[in-house]
Amino acid sequence: MRALQAEGVKTIFGYPGGSIMPVYDALFDYTRGEKKCFDHILVRHEQGATHAAEGYARVSGEVGVALVTSGPGVTNTLTGIADAMLDSTPIVVIAGQVAISALGTDAFQEVDLVGVAQPISKWSYQIRHAEDVAWAVSRAFYIARTGRPGPVVLDFPRNAQVEEIDWEPKKVDFIRSYVPYPKLDDEAVRQAAELINNAKRPLALVGQGVELGNAQEELSAFLEKADIPAGRTMLGLSALPSNHPLNVGMLGMHGNYAVNLKEQECDVLIAIGMRFSDRVTGNLKTYAKQAKVIHLDIDRSEINKNVKADVAVVANCKESLPALTALLNPNKHTEWRESFKELDEKEHVKVIEPAIHPKEGPLLMGEVVNAVAVQAPDDAVLVTDVGQNQLFATRYFKYHHKRSICTSGGLGTMGYGMPAAIGATFGAPERTVCCFMGDGGFQMCIEELGTIMEQKAPVKMILLNNHYLGNVRQWQDMFWMRRKSFTKMMNPCYELIAQGYGISYMAVTERKDLAAAIEKMFATDGPFILECAIKEEDDVLPMTPPGMNVNEMMLEI
Amino acid sequence: MEEKKKLYTLLVYSENVAGILNQITAVFTRRQVNIESLNVSASSIPGVHKYTITAWSDEDQIVKITKQIEKKIDVVKANYFTDDQLFIRETGLYKLSTDIVLRNPEVSKTIRRHDASITEVNPTYVIVMKNGKTDDIISLYRALDEFGCVLQYTRSGRIAVTRGTQEQVSEFLEQREEANRK
Repeated sequence: MRALQAEGVKTIFGYPGGSIMPVYDALFDYTRGEKKCFDHILVRHEQGATHAAEGYARVSGEVGVALVTSGPGVTNTLTGIADAMLDSTPIVVIAGQVAISALGTDAFQEVDLVGVAQPISKWSYQIRHAEDVAWAVSRAFYIARTGRPGPVVLDFPRNAQVEEIDWEPKKVDFIRSYVPYPKLDDEAVRQAAELINNAKRPLALVGQGVELGNAQEELSAFLEKADIPAGRTMLGLSALPSNHPLNVGMLGMHGNYAVNLKEQECDVLIAIGMRFSDRVTGNLKTYAKQAKVIHLDIDRSEINKNVKADVAVVANCKESLPALTALLNPNKHTEWRESFKELDEKEHVKVIEPAIHPKEGPLLMGEVVNAVAVQAPDDAVLVTDVGQNQLFATRYFKYHHKRSICTSGGLGTMGYGMPAAIGATFGAPERTVCCFMGDGGFQMCIEELGTIMEQKAPVKMILLNNHYLGNVRQWQDMFWMRRKSFTKMMNPCYELIAQGYGISYMAVTERKDLAAAIEKMFATDGPFILECAIKEEDDVLPMTPPGMNVNEMMLEI
Repeated sequence: MEEKKKLYTLLVYSENVAGILNQITAVFTRRQVNIESLNVSASSIPGVHKYTITAWSDEDQIVKITKQIEKKIDVVKANYFTDDQLFIRETGLYKLSTDIVLRNPEVSKTIRRHDASITEVNPTYVIVMKNGKTDDIISLYRALDEFGCVLQYTRSGRIAVTRGTQEQVSEFLEQREEANRK
């Protein structure tokens, strides 16, 4: 407890069980009365604890903490750990374990946690004795939050939980084999600046690294000085405000049309804190071959992993961006920037307008997201689940503040939304949290409605119900001869479910009622479920089919 | 792609903590690259272990593998080399039938010609040891096998030191400690 306190932990998402009972017993005193220093949020499933910790970390910039028991308790967290690994989210998972004398005996609720967690965590460690607690906990938080952040797993055998020792605080802020912030290479910065200064058609690709490095202002200064248009990855959406004049939209398979095509036209591509995921690049063999590539990233292993860089600047972008900006000539690329407009207009007419302002037919996901975005406060946080709801929500939501998006980008974890949104309400209690989910993902961690009920967590849940696993259904229609194999779903009565949990609920089936319902949702204190009856078979557009070139993006099917 | 593959040697230095070997081999497994040989021992630096790993790969792949290994928290340094950058040794042990060795004088001649040494003799078997490069050790095995005298044969993993003049790992650690003091 004192080790967690020393790391500044305030909120713990957890679920008790046999092997973690000594910790829970100690926690009892630290969550009430004079000694109170933590809030413990009892989740309803351990997967929820990790996603909540992720949501908490994403919006607050602090390390999220999950506390669970051994065996099934901790195997349930593995999805969240893998999710945090792929999306560079700092969380620490502390799990009970059988006593070390029982390890390897197939004891009750024993699982080789360090073994299973190793490939999906930044660090995993077994605290075998009480005297290691202070060191291991401090090291865990140091590793989770520094460099490229990620999940750390602490396996805490029962004997180490109950051994009594004199408390000696330990602070780890140096590990000789671990270089979290590589030293900026001035020569690389100079080369990058030269490429940018000579560029006629520069394009920046902005990723979550900018948010993790807290370099949003440094990014704007960099872009503005040399007048560089910038696309954002899905996880980097709030690194640059939606209304920034140099923002040219979202990258990737379902991103914006112009920026995807322009990736194949630019002469210098500047990737900042992003990892060239296959969802962004499409066919790597043809991707941006005409361009000189500058890659700014804190993680050396990302350089040349997918796209070869002509110049690599390996450092925290909080440091590299200002250094680069200082060497840039002020510039204007008016003609280049203007050339995006025609394509934007095409997308607007063919895709955006019909998606957000349809004249007839059933409700569409895009219009619901847009209608919510119009009424949402400027500092609202967007949380999404995975699938069509995620793609429409990330496309049509508006981002005004940094750290405004929680979504599962790398792992694509259905069920992420609801628990992550709970975490976000604790990570940013003063902000409004809007969580878009489909009927599939809503049911995948539906048990967390219990947590929302108990904590009165003010999550504004927008359930986009189309009675389909919509994204898979779209792919079946496009690539699998319209054979809709097990994507149509029978749904429960969500109104009764909301009632059961005592959560305010409204349903919208008619376009004319949408705005008023959203107003009601925002006006209601506490959690709210807004169920929208969505057109069953709507498609997310535009789209670059997997493996295709990004300039073959389709505006219609 | 196949013809571009070369035998690379990775030299990896890590802290002496449990589970690192597992993490290192997992990087190979994930990319479906087989480890040809592996040797682990304490290095000259206290508390630091040295891993010498060989694998067939193309350069692109081996660069990625090296970076992924170096990314592990407790790995100090990982570098990859081709054979010309290293001084390399392996050991072969050959257990031969004493009977045949005594009967056929060509066996002893072959052992001498290959610059191998006899380390133990008893009425049933003779132990021959050969230090050298992979090819030398294999060629002695083939030669001995022709006589039908080999009862057992084994070849060690590779050990190697770099041919460069810099001791990168100890210098790196000094720099790190220096940075920490500041």
